[in-house]
Amino acid sequence: MQIEVKDVCYTYTPEAEQPKFAVDHVSFSVEEGEFIALIGHTGSGKSTLIQFLDGLLKPTSGEVLFHGENVAAKGYDLKTLRQKVGLVFQYPEYQLFETTVLKDVCYGPKNMGLPKEEQEARAKEALSLVRFPEASYEKSPFDLSGGRKRRAAIAGILAMKPEVLILDEPTAGLDPEGREDILNVCRNLNDQGITVILVSHSMEDVAEYAKRILVMNQGKLIYDAPPEKVFSDWRKLEEIGLSAPEVTYVMEGLRKAGFDVRTDVFTVEKAKEEILRVFGK
Amino acid sequence: MNIIEILNLVHEYRELDEEGNEAEALRAVDGVSLTVEEGEFIAILGHNGSGKSTLAKHVNALLTPTEGTVYLSGMNVAEHKPIWEVRREAGMIFQNPDNQIIGTSVEEDVAFGPENMGIPTEELLKRVEVSLEKAGMAAYRLHSPNKLSGGQKQRVAIAGMLAMRPKVILMDEPTAMLDPVGRKEVLETMHELNRQEGITVVFITHYMEEVVDADRIVVMKDGKLVMNGAPREVFSRLEELEECHLTAPEVTRLAAELKKAGLDLPDGVLSVDELVNALCRLK
Amino acid sequence: MIRDITLGQYYEADSVIHRLDPRVKLAFTVIYIVSLYVGEGVLAFALAASFLAVIIILSKVPVSFMLRGLKSIFILMIISVIFNLFLTQGEEIFHWWIFRITKEGIRIAVRMVIRLILLIMGTSIMTLTTTPSRLTDGLEKAFGFLKIFHVPVHAVAMMMSIALRFIPILIEEVNKIMKAQQARGADFENGGLIKKAKAMIPLLIPLFVSAFRRADDLANAMEARCYHGGDDRTKLHPLKYRKRDAIAYLVLFAYLAAIILLRIFTSELIKIVP
Repeated sequence: MQIEVKDVCYTYTPEAEQPKFAVDHVSFSVEEGEFIALIGHTGSGKSTLIQFLDGLLKPTSGEVLFHGENVAAKGYDLKTLRQKVGLVFQYPEYQLFETTVLKDVCYGPKNMGLPKEEQEARAKEALSLVRFPEASYEKSPFDLSGGRKRRAAIAGILAMKPEVLILDEPTAGLDPEGREDILNVCRNLNDQGITVILVSHSMEDVAEYAKRILVMNQGKLIYDAPPEKVFSDWRKLEEIGLSAPEVTYVMEGLRKAGFDVRTDVFTVEKAKEEILRVFGK
Repeated sequence: MNIIEILNLVHEYRELDEEGNEAEALRAVDGVSLTVEEGEFIAILGHNGSGKSTLAKHVNALLTPTEGTVYLSGMNVAEHKPIWEVRREAGMIFQNPDNQIIGTSVEEDVAFGPENMGIPTEELLKRVEVSLEKAGMAAYRLHSPNKLSGGQKQRVAIAGMLAMRPKVILMDEPTAMLDPVGRKEVLETMHELNRQEGITVVFITHYMEEVVDADRIVVMKDGKLVMNGAPREVFSRLEELEECHLTAPEVTRLAAELKKAGLDLPDGVLSVDELVNALCRLK
Repeated sequence: MIRDITLGQYYEADSVIHRLDPRVKLAFTVIYIVSLYVGEGVLAFALAASFLAVIIILSKVPVSFMLRGLKSIFILMIISVIFNLFLTQGEEIFHWWIFRITKEGIRIAVRMVIRLILLIMGTSIMTLTTTPSRLTDGLEKAFGFLKIFHVPVHAVAMMMSIALRFIPILIEEVNKIMKAQQARGADFENGGLIKKAKAMIPLLIPLFVSAFRRADDLANAMEARCYHGGDDRTKLHPLKYRKRDAIAYLVLFAYLAAIILLRIFTSELIKIVP
């Protein structure tokens, strides 16, 4: 087991008699190489939860284990944890600060105390992983387009060679092509064995890639299931301010109209097959 | 009547080198002509950097054209003086909800525009009340904007525009930084204002699902206007859209795939119900 | 830590003090500070303290909330108490090794603590009971006469109110950037001064970039809403003196007069009883 989250809680007012929990008794575990989506609307506690995994926040109660070790324990090497568990915050391009893209991506490896050649080698590898054009390595990160800035920032995390990559709303504010690019990068990384945890409120993004979905609402983990199971419960999703992909609603509509279709379908590709099957084509 | 008329608009961002000479000129908008009728809800789509924002900023004189002319309610925007007569005619909502709220309370922020216009106090109070009501934010009148959700902040910004009584509201990716609930809030508010108050809306976005209810869609690519038509028409040209680095909503794509596979479906299906009904008819 | 500072924080309540014109509260703040330094002797401090107590009760701001503001200056207070206690020359009442405490030392230290507590609580009344925007309105009006000397009073007031709105946003931003850099292995806590200063670069540059981007956005948003300086601007809530403000001014001046009288009286007393 790579990561184990055991009954964690988080509250901003621990002294209060009935504290309000931002994270409320959440438990789950992550196996190596998984592709997990964490969804929930703003304020559901998902952003707090992922900070536990990186040791940036300590849970008020409960524990987080990384390879069996409690990350909140005294003397635990947080620096190594943060390198092994890469956390890409929302709008990561706002963390760029160096004069060139390459130098910026080197920042992580530099903090790990690696020699200069190794820093650059890792930076270049990371940049190629996110398909960042080599011609722009020496450009100022502030002169890049939105999508490229985002990819450079993600490379900044990848250069530390994390085992787990957590991305908080990595597609926010990008155009359809930019969104697709980032999601493809995530899938490629996952194919190479990196565990990916994708935090999102876009069901369409999640449906296509994730094999397991965690749904948060008001600090509680209310689903931990494969996508077909979660999306077929679209009524519940709507109650908590989320929705299933449009395709799921099509299948639901067809079912109601008397077609014998499966309703646990959530991508365009699968829906097409299913509808064609019913129509006998 | 045409409320906005854009004629051969060109806008270049010029970069100066160290000696102050022109080093590079980037053509953000490249010869665009477009007219918008009063009361229309028009959506502008385009990839990041396609020039859609730059285009919109010419309508309320935040930018001046390199070439070409923009008319708003008959005024030549670049030359009309004083400039705030143009700006009160066309309000603008921006992408980042935090960076456009000036007041430290909701009502103060809504009053900011009309205060600048020199509207007397009693009238101000009335306008603030009515605008907040229309934007569905009346209950938050005395709140601090910092504690509102993204969607609520954008609705405060909308109320701030309404208080200036504009004919046009330009929306520059107002939903890009919001979650699905916030996006829905903003979009529904705008459609309502468009229908009930007859306000002309220019809505910039790159979420395809948000534009299916627009009267018209304009697509921009690399500074040029490449598509212009009703949603049904634009979304039936999937290949062209893809060339513009865009896609159609999921339902539209599903319908197109099914049609390609031999089912007799219409082009440019826009909603779930439409697709389900069309499929039912085939049975 | 930032959350503990009540100075500059508004406490929402519906009270007479909240409703007073900000200019009155501005005058109160100035006069109260003056009174603490003019006032001498137990009676003057008792008067100052009870005057403040009445105002706090009227303002409906919970005392616990006010006391929280004192936490932030606790260390400062301790340090100055220690200095005054041990370094004042005079009649010795306690001696151990190199430490000596004098009667005068105790008197000065006690006086200083009382003064500091009253000062902090007295000045926080204004910000606790006045919304930042009313406060800037008040400042703009109160210093409006400076316009004659070409001081851009409106612009300064506008800048202040914008700063007030953006401070919480920027604090949150600092937090976010800090975490993002920590996720890349940044270390803001360990190391010597130079190392620490160097570690700030990845924090400060993104912060500046973001502040400029926000400023740019805001300028656009303000222009789009017809902003063109302070000329011909009207106000949603224009400042107007009411009856209660006149009464407040009267009370305020009566208080100041009492403090001055007390001072004259006590110094006379000292002369009589040396």
